[in-house]
Amino acid sequence: MGIKAVTPGRFWLTTAIAAGVVLAALFVLPLIGSAHIDYWRAFAGKSPDAEILFYARIPRVLLAFLAGGVLAVAGTLFQALLRDALATPYTLGVSSGASLGAVLAISAGWQQIAGIPAVWASAFSGAAITLFLVLGLASDGRRMSSFTLLLAGITINSICLACILFIQYMANFEQSFAIVRWLLGGIDAVEYSTLAWLAVVTLPAIVYLVRRAREWNLLAVGEEWASARGVPASRLILVGYLTGSLVTGSITAFTGPIGFVGLIVPHALRLWLGADHRLLMPASFFVGAVFLAACDTVARTILAPTEIPVGVITAMMGGPFFIWLLRSKRRSLWL
Amino acid sequence: MSVLFSLRDTVVQFNGTDILRHISFELPESQLVAIVGPNGAGKSTLLSLMAGLRLQYKGRCAYRALEVSRWPRRAFAREVSFVPQTFHLEFPFSAEQVVLMGRTPYGNGLFETLEDREAVQKAMLTTDTLAFRSRDFRSLSAGEKQRVILASVLAQSPRVLLLDEPTTFLDLEHQVVVYGLLRRLCREGLLVVSVTHDLNLAGAYADRVVMLRSGEVVADADPEAVLTVENIREVFSVEVEINKTQDGRLWIVYGN
Repeated sequence: MGIKAVTPGRFWLTTAIAAGVVLAALFVLPLIGSAHIDYWRAFAGKSPDAEILFYARIPRVLLAFLAGGVLAVAGTLFQALLRDALATPYTLGVSSGASLGAVLAISAGWQQIAGIPAVWASAFSGAAITLFLVLGLASDGRRMSSFTLLLAGITINSICLACILFIQYMANFEQSFAIVRWLLGGIDAVEYSTLAWLAVVTLPAIVYLVRRAREWNLLAVGEEWASARGVPASRLILVGYLTGSLVTGSITAFTGPIGFVGLIVPHALRLWLGADHRLLMPASFFVGAVFLAACDTVARTILAPTEIPVGVITAMMGGPFFIWLLRSKRRSLWL
Repeated sequence: MSVLFSLRDTVVQFNGTDILRHISFELPESQLVAIVGPNGAGKSTLLSLMAGLRLQYKGRCAYRALEVSRWPRRAFAREVSFVPQTFHLEFPFSAEQVVLMGRTPYGNGLFETLEDREAVQKAMLTTDTLAFRSRDFRSLSAGEKQRVILASVLAQSPRVLLLDEPTTFLDLEHQVVVYGLLRRLCREGLLVVSVTHDLNLAGAYADRVVMLRSGEVVADADPEAVLTVENIREVFSVEVEINKTQDGRLWIVYGN
């Protein structure tokens, strides 16, 4: 057995199957929960089924879809960009920046900034500031390499984490609790307008990343490899970093950091599909979406009415699954 | 024969030190050029300069009368291809996918065209790599990897092949096969420039040998004129004995 060639037929089939699973999940997952509901009563507008379905569960599943999809694609991208199998959407500091912003807002007691919740606005600003800080540190004139990007990213990451620890240490008990809750990450039911706004920012970026899949293939091999094939590596690294950080920052501002999705989904799919980003990126998006939505469903039901942070579930469910996958595939693929 | 590369007084610096100083030569099509010299002589730098991977240089380094730094990158990649010295792959690409990457400068679409597939097929046939086309590149032996990389640049349909020690990891049979292939490509009109440490391969296959030391061209002529006892002693600090085989090829014995 080897790695199958990527053809248009295989691309559409893989994407269609993955998208089909997402659709199926969209119908099934909202039904699961402590309160029993059914679609007939919900669509007939009967209370409380309609409220639970349309204002609690569906928005939450949709946010999990978006967050899981985006984090998985960003993980795939950063692994290629840095040629580092252990890279995640958070490696380059953007989520620590978002967290620092959120933590600042919580500890300062800000409620609203320009009409939107202060924690979101502050987290997004934090992500944006870190993004440009890393960029400024990493680029030397117009040139940029994966290596300097990685160093700048992890340095800024550490500084942000240190600031978060400091603020948390200085905060009072109540704020400290809120900070910890935010840092654990989690999916909440948000308004449809918020979801639409997030989708408008992230989905075109994801499509753009998929369209450049052949270039990520080149970069995953090496910078000279890409440059010698007419694709200037430093520009590509810049574009990839900006796009990946933009989507990660937007999502993290709403959900807080959710680990493991961006690491495990790309790797599991590489074992199935090979490393070609034309298959890997769309598949990562859909599988990441279903994975996080499923984990979130478990997180809100398994100890109901207590909710477990979804990041705990992603690692607890994803870890053993990945170990199983690794062991069963190891013989057929060279590892 | 038309001149492809034309270098005049080319200087490349790194942190204020000259890596290449005042290099001047012209390379026409249909020639196999070996670049030889001790470690740190600037061989790889010279190659990456010509490959368009180093765009900061002084003096002139023109390809088909246009400065390398001013060529549109994609158009340049359709003309000039480059095989790096080392190659490490982190992710599971198949051998064929690695070869397909050579077609990047030809299309804008998400998928390869029929023409791309044919070029890949031909390149893999030429390099004897079809047998493991769907194997994970990382699982191949060093020699197989090198041939797959060679296939990838051939799929690029270039007019110039720049190779950085293409036979380092190859067994004897494949060394001879690769150099035989490079010779054949030359006869078809390609310019092939190969950095090598193997003076015997250079002597046996090259039309021309450029000898470098400390970033300067020490000698540049046909193999017999460059690979002399005096030049090798001067540049490599090694005593050699130079013989000739019955069919007139150089045969260099190292050490005394």
